[in-house]
Amino acid sequence: MVELWYGIASVMLAAYVVLDGFDLGAGALHLLVARTDRERRQVLAAIGPYWDGNEVWLLATGGVLFVAFPSVLASGLSGFYFAIILVLWMLILRGISIEFRSHVEDPLWRAAWDFIFAAASLALPVLFGAALGNLLRGVPLDHDGWFSLELFTDFTAQPPVGILDWYTVLSGVFALLAIAGHGGAFLAWKTDGPVQERSRRIAMLSYAAVAVLWPLATVLTRYVNAPMLEALPGRPLAWLSLALAVAGLIVVAVGLRQKRDGQAFLGSCAFLTGMLAATAACVFPVMLRSIDPGVHSLTAYNSSVPAASLETAFTWWIVGFPLAVIYFVVLFRLHRGKAVAAEGRHGY
Amino acid sequence: MSDPVLWHRLQFAFTIVYHYLFPQLTMGLALLIVVLKWLGLRHDGWNDAARFWIRIFGINFAVGVVTGVPMEFQFGTNWAAFSRYAGGVIGQTLAMEGLFAFFLESSFLGLLVFGEHRLSRRGHFFAAVALFVGSWLSGYFIVCTNAFMQHPVGHSVGGDGRLQLADFSAFVLNPWALAQYAHNMVATVVTGSFVMAAVGAFYALQQVHVAHARRFLRVSVLAGLTASVLVAFPTGDGQAKLVARYQPASLAAMEGRFESGPMAEIVLIGQPNVREKRLDNPIVVPAVLSFLAFGTFHANVAGLDQFPVNTWPDNIELLYYSFHIMAGLGTLLILTMAVATLLEWRGSLTTSRPMLWVLMLAFPFPYIATTAGWMTAELGRQPWIVYGLMRTVDGASPTVHSGTTLFTLLGFCGLYLVLGVLFLFLIGREISEGPGPLDAHAASHLEVRRG
Repeated sequence: MVELWYGIASVMLAAYVVLDGFDLGAGALHLLVARTDRERRQVLAAIGPYWDGNEVWLLATGGVLFVAFPSVLASGLSGFYFAIILVLWMLILRGISIEFRSHVEDPLWRAAWDFIFAAASLALPVLFGAALGNLLRGVPLDHDGWFSLELFTDFTAQPPVGILDWYTVLSGVFALLAIAGHGGAFLAWKTDGPVQERSRRIAMLSYAAVAVLWPLATVLTRYVNAPMLEALPGRPLAWLSLALAVAGLIVVAVGLRQKRDGQAFLGSCAFLTGMLAATAACVFPVMLRSIDPGVHSLTAYNSSVPAASLETAFTWWIVGFPLAVIYFVVLFRLHRGKAVAAEGRHGY
Repeated sequence: MSDPVLWHRLQFAFTIVYHYLFPQLTMGLALLIVVLKWLGLRHDGWNDAARFWIRIFGINFAVGVVTGVPMEFQFGTNWAAFSRYAGGVIGQTLAMEGLFAFFLESSFLGLLVFGEHRLSRRGHFFAAVALFVGSWLSGYFIVCTNAFMQHPVGHSVGGDGRLQLADFSAFVLNPWALAQYAHNMVATVVTGSFVMAAVGAFYALQQVHVAHARRFLRVSVLAGLTASVLVAFPTGDGQAKLVARYQPASLAAMEGRFESGPMAEIVLIGQPNVREKRLDNPIVVPAVLSFLAFGTFHANVAGLDQFPVNTWPDNIELLYYSFHIMAGLGTLLILTMAVATLLEWRGSLTTSRPMLWVLMLAFPFPYIATTAGWMTAELGRQPWIVYGLMRTVDGASPTVHSGTTLFTLLGFCGLYLVLGVLFLFLIGREISEGPGPLDAHAASHLEVRRG
């Protein structure tokens, strides 16, 4: 049951990254790929119907951690307190800019919201990537399983560590590039005209950088978390995930080159999913890694609630999860085809 | 200044009070929009009326969503010890809210707000129903979570000292949750009705959109009267009986009752003087509290003297005033809607300028009443974060410093101030533009898509 819930949490997190990833990526590229008001509304029309539902996956992932691994959620969120609050503020600004921007037909009003939307969408992937970097590198847990971190110390990734060091900054940059490539592929698929052209080009550039950085970052992980890479040979699920990620990367490259953008976007989804799944499979069962070898990490086993509670939760999760998937399928079907910029004060 | 728990409490209180200004209108309006859309199935005028409220709903919903996300996360950031202790139980309802309510709402919101030209009239009606179901479901999961903190049931204490779920159905069908939910949801309809009535009265006084003013007023005063009566009885009464039974110290503090005894009086006016342990300048009605709490005039109602001081709610004055403001305003809201309904029944509401003025200016009061009501619930639960099981001081995050929390609290204050100004600006624009037919732009947009 514990393994199952670890899997569920990983699946939900991957769904969040893949889904909100495309609207975050579109936001990060907003000012680059869309210059005129009409083009910007094309971008917003492409993500407008989805962004809120996509963000719910983040809440649902938090909910799954809450119900199954409350100690991990409690230590993680309080330990990264200020970074998490910063994420919340960015999420607020971003959501509001999508929803409020087109209500007023004034160039200055709209330009201001476009800027806020792009800035928040740029900051969030960096923050999320750095957060993942922190989890891989480890945090200074005490014997009760709590920790707190300075924003930065000496950037060496050796104790005493801070939230930002060379490794976590690298993870943040890597996440931004991957998310930008993902958002670019999505926009290439859902828009037409100049926005599509620019998005495709930026997606190619971003993914080229990802193809270089990914192996590099993986090798460098050796210096902050050697056990993770050592676990790889014994984890068949991780091989499969890596194969999926590599295949996804190839599909992205081919798809973008041949202007088969829908295919490229699917490849991008496969890359992100594979990469996250491989990571989750390699670090299992560790969820919150202790950087001090003398202190226990928080693992799926030592931080899960009793099996009976997990079973209860599974009975409703197995009903709710397919429902959520169905809503998304219906939503994508209803909005199939290219996104069209709305006019006046209506629409996104 | 250096007490971290105080800042955690203030930040949570501020962000939740601010957040709840929005969902209460969302949930109340969702029901009224279903009514308008149902009437609109046959009549264009009602459909136009619904469209106006759907636009208000959309703006309101957006602010509700973005201010709601921090609420979920603050369980972990600010109340980590509580989350670790109770997550095995309350995590269930919080996770279910995401899975069953938020996905439903977020998927249909776009269709409701921007999808009218894309759906049949019946299809659009169902989008409104989906939003109603989603938002009211969401309300249940949250109230159920809170009910566990107020009156924990269905749990057991595990070997590690943490709470675990023992009986799922007892937990989700907590009698406290059912009563609190009923009380809370009819209160949202009161808020929705007063807001709709205020806009109707504004148009009637301005002599613009007269036909819509009439529609808004008709629906809102009927819904408002029904809901405001239901808030008091049976739901408020039921809630009070649960407090009397399960949180007797809270009831004593709500009523400023320092001494126990039968024939307990209900306090209309008075100032609790905690230091002297008495109520100053009281105006009371004898025996009514005994009757309301236990059904007989002779029942003994415990005063604070029966409880150790360290289990008293820690801010008795604020609790007392919150409760009395809620109850007093609730009564005034019933009276307002009763008079308005009488005038509507006689056909003179839209020409009665004094009543229209009252309705136009009364809309903040249901917000104040619901806020005071939730403050009563939350202050009354103190000093516990889970009633009788964990104290609030033990629930805060152990590693977050008070200065950090003060800083983020100030950040939230600034951000939410800006958000509030923008919200009022956009709502004001919608109101001044007023209801209208399905927008021509939207219709041409449809042609482009299909073409």
